[in-house]
Amino acid sequence: MKVWKKLVFSLALVLGLSGGAQAATGGIAWDKAPVNTTDLASLQNGAKLFVNYCLNCHSAAFMRYNRLQDIGLSELQIKDNLLFTTEKVGDTMKSAIDPRQAKAWFGANPPDLTLIARSRAGAGGSGADYLYTLLRSYYRDPSKPTGWNNLAFANIGMPHPLWQLQGERRPVFETQESHGHEVQAFTGRWEQGTAGTMTPLQYDQAVGDLVNYLQWMGEPTQNKRVKIGVWVLLFLLLCTIIAWRLNAAYWKDVK
Amino acid sequence: MAEFKEISPNAPLGAKVGNWFNNRFPTAFAEYRKHMSEYYAPKNFNFWYFFGSLALLVLVIQIVTGIFLVMHYKPDAAKAFESVEYIMRDVPGGWFIRYMHSTGASAFFVVVYLHMFRGMLYGSYRKPRELVWIFGCAIFLCLMAEAFMGYLLPWGQMSYWGAQVIVNLFSAIPFIGPDLALLIRGDYVVGDATLNRFFSFHVIAVPLVLIGLVVAHLLALHDVGSNNPDGIEIKKGPKGNRWSPDAPTDGIPFHPYYSVHDIVGVCVFLMVYFAIVFFAPEVGGYFLEFNNFIPADPLVTPSHIAPVWYFTAYYSMLRATTDLMVNVLCVIIALGVVLAFLKCKCSTVMKGGLAVIGLVAIALLKTFDAKFWGVVVMGGAVILLFFLPWLDRSPARSIRYRPDWHKWLYAVFVIWFMLLMVLGIMVPGPIFSHPSLSWFTNELVAMIGTLFYFGFFLLMPWWSQLGTPKPVPERVTFKPH
Repeated sequence: MKVWKKLVFSLALVLGLSGGAQAATGGIAWDKAPVNTTDLASLQNGAKLFVNYCLNCHSAAFMRYNRLQDIGLSELQIKDNLLFTTEKVGDTMKSAIDPRQAKAWFGANPPDLTLIARSRAGAGGSGADYLYTLLRSYYRDPSKPTGWNNLAFANIGMPHPLWQLQGERRPVFETQESHGHEVQAFTGRWEQGTAGTMTPLQYDQAVGDLVNYLQWMGEPTQNKRVKIGVWVLLFLLLCTIIAWRLNAAYWKDVK
Repeated sequence: MAEFKEISPNAPLGAKVGNWFNNRFPTAFAEYRKHMSEYYAPKNFNFWYFFGSLALLVLVIQIVTGIFLVMHYKPDAAKAFESVEYIMRDVPGGWFIRYMHSTGASAFFVVVYLHMFRGMLYGSYRKPRELVWIFGCAIFLCLMAEAFMGYLLPWGQMSYWGAQVIVNLFSAIPFIGPDLALLIRGDYVVGDATLNRFFSFHVIAVPLVLIGLVVAHLLALHDVGSNNPDGIEIKKGPKGNRWSPDAPTDGIPFHPYYSVHDIVGVCVFLMVYFAIVFFAPEVGGYFLEFNNFIPADPLVTPSHIAPVWYFTAYYSMLRATTDLMVNVLCVIIALGVVLAFLKCKCSTVMKGGLAVIGLVAIALLKTFDAKFWGVVVMGGAVILLFFLPWLDRSPARSIRYRPDWHKWLYAVFVIWFMLLMVLGIMVPGPIFSHPSLSWFTNELVAMIGTLFYFGFFLLMPWWSQLGTPKPVPERVTFKPH
C-alpha cells in the first residue's frame, strides 16, 4: 500500500506547484502589498483615502458606511468625516458619477470596488498585490487621451487618481535581447519628475493603507472568520481525541 | 402485524416508552436493526472505507446550508450577485453558511472521487454488487448536474460564461442540438430564464433524485452486504459470532463498531473542511474562482474560462477531441478491425459484421464536427463507469491479490487522471513558451491522457485476465487494535 501513499503525496505536490487557477493579466511582475487587516490605523487611513480619492468615480455598492465600525470608527466619526452629501450612515457607498458621462470620459464605466481585491487575484499574486502595483506604476504618456499610462495595465482608462500625492514619475527602460530580438525591458527603477506632496516612502505607505482597506472591504468578516476558526479547530481537535479513544475502547474486544 | 406486547408496570420508564412505540411503529425498530445494530459489516475495513459515510455527511451539510441560503438568495439576474454579497455581509452568519456550501461542493467531489477509487481498488462493483455501483455512478452524474447548475447561481463572470460554454456544447449535437440548447437556456443566451430554471433544478429536482438514489445505493448495499479490502465474501465464510449465531464470523454490527469508527473519520474530515472554511475559503482560486467576484457581464468574455477543479479532467478530454484526435480514433478503429480479422477465432460473418461496424463508425466520425465528438467523449468518459462491473474480468476481486503490475497500472491511471485535471485548469495551447516546443500543446498531452483513460476501461476485459493472481486467503486479514 506504500505505493498509493507516495502517489497521493507526489500528486498533491504537482497540484500545489501548478499555482493559481487564473492566468496572469500581463504587464510587470506584482509587488507584494503590505496587507495586514488587523492594523486598524492603517485601515482607517485607507478608508479616508478611499472615500476622498476613489469614491468620486467608483462605487462600493455592497459596502455600508456603518460597517466601518468594524475597523474602530464610531458612527459619529463616520458621519462627520466620511459622509459629504445626503447619504445616511446605513447606506452603501455609491459614487455620484453619471454612468453615461463616465463612459464618455474614460471609455468604460469605473468598476465597482467592493470586491476588487478579491476579483483581481491571479497567478501573479493576490488582488491586493495587483492593486498595490497598479497604483504605483503610473507614468505620463502624452499619446493617451488622459495623459497617463500604466505599466501594470497598459492603456488604462483611469488617469492617475493620486498624482498630486505621488507627483510624476518616469519608468527606466533598458535594451535587452530576447529570442534574438532587441526589446525594451523595464528595469524596475523609476525617475521622479515633478515632486508630489508626499515623499516616495510616504506614498508607498499611503497606497499600502488604501490597498489594505480594499482587501478588508472585499470581505469585512475576514478577521472574525480567522478568530472563530481557531476555536472551532481546537474544539474539533478535542472531539477527534475523544472519538479516537472511544473508538479504541469499543474495538478493544474485536478479535 | 406484530403481536401487541404488554410490559410490567414496574419496568423502567425507558423500557415502557420503548414498548409503547414498538407496539405502534415496529417498522422503525426492525429497520434500525436491519441497517444499524444487526447489519454485519466485515471487520477489516481500512482508511478507504471512511468516504462513504463522509459523502453522506457532506450531502446533509449541503442540504442544510442550502436551505438557509435559499432564505436570502434571489434567483433574479438583476439581484442574484447582489444577494450573495448581502448574504456575505448583512445576513448574520451568512458568510459562514455560504462558505460551508461552497467548500462543501468541492468536498463532495473529493470524497466521492476517493469513494469511487476505493470501489475500483477492491472490486466493490463485482457481482453481486453491480447495482450498488450503478446507483453510485448515477449519484455521481446527478452530483455533476447539481454542481454545474449551482455554480450559475452566484451570477459572477465564471458562473455566466461557464454555463454559456457548457450549454453551447449541447448545440453541437447533430439535428436536435440547437433546439436542445435553447430548451436548456430558455433563451438565446444565458439569462434570467436560465438562472430561474437552474435554481429550480438545483434546489428541488436534482436533490430529490439524489436523495432517492442515495437511499437505493444504501438499500442495495445492505441487501448484498459490504465488500472489504480483501475482496472476500464474509457471508461465504464461517457462521456465528458473539452477537448472532447466523451472522458471518468475520462480520461485526455496524452500530456501534462502525458508527463509532466513522465518528473519528468525521472529526478528522471536519478539521480539514473547517480549516478551509475559516482560513482559506477560496483555496487559491480553486474552490471560489477569482473571476466570479465580478458580476456576470454578457458583453465581456473572460480571457480564460475554466470550470472548477472537479470538472477539469473531463473538460480537458473535451478540449483534447480535435480533428487530430478524430483521425487517431479512425486509425485505432481500422487497426482494431484488422486485428479482429487476423486474431479473432470467430466466423467470417462475425468478422464481416465487425468490418461494417468499423466502417460506419469511421464514416460517422468524419461526418460530424469534432466538437460533437468532444461532447461524446466527455459524456462517454462518465457513462463508461457504469459498465465497470462487466469490464473487469480479473480472477481476484481486490487489488491486494492481483498481479503486482496491476497496481502500477492503477497508479498510472490515477496519474493520468490528475494530469488531465491539471491540463483542464491550464490555458489551452503550447505548454512551453519556447518556439521549438510549440507543437507540444496542452491538447496533445490531454489527447494521450484521454486515449489512456478509454483504453484502461475498454481493454480491461483483456488485461484484467492477464498475469497470475496471488493466493486469496479464506478469511479476511485483520489485526486486532
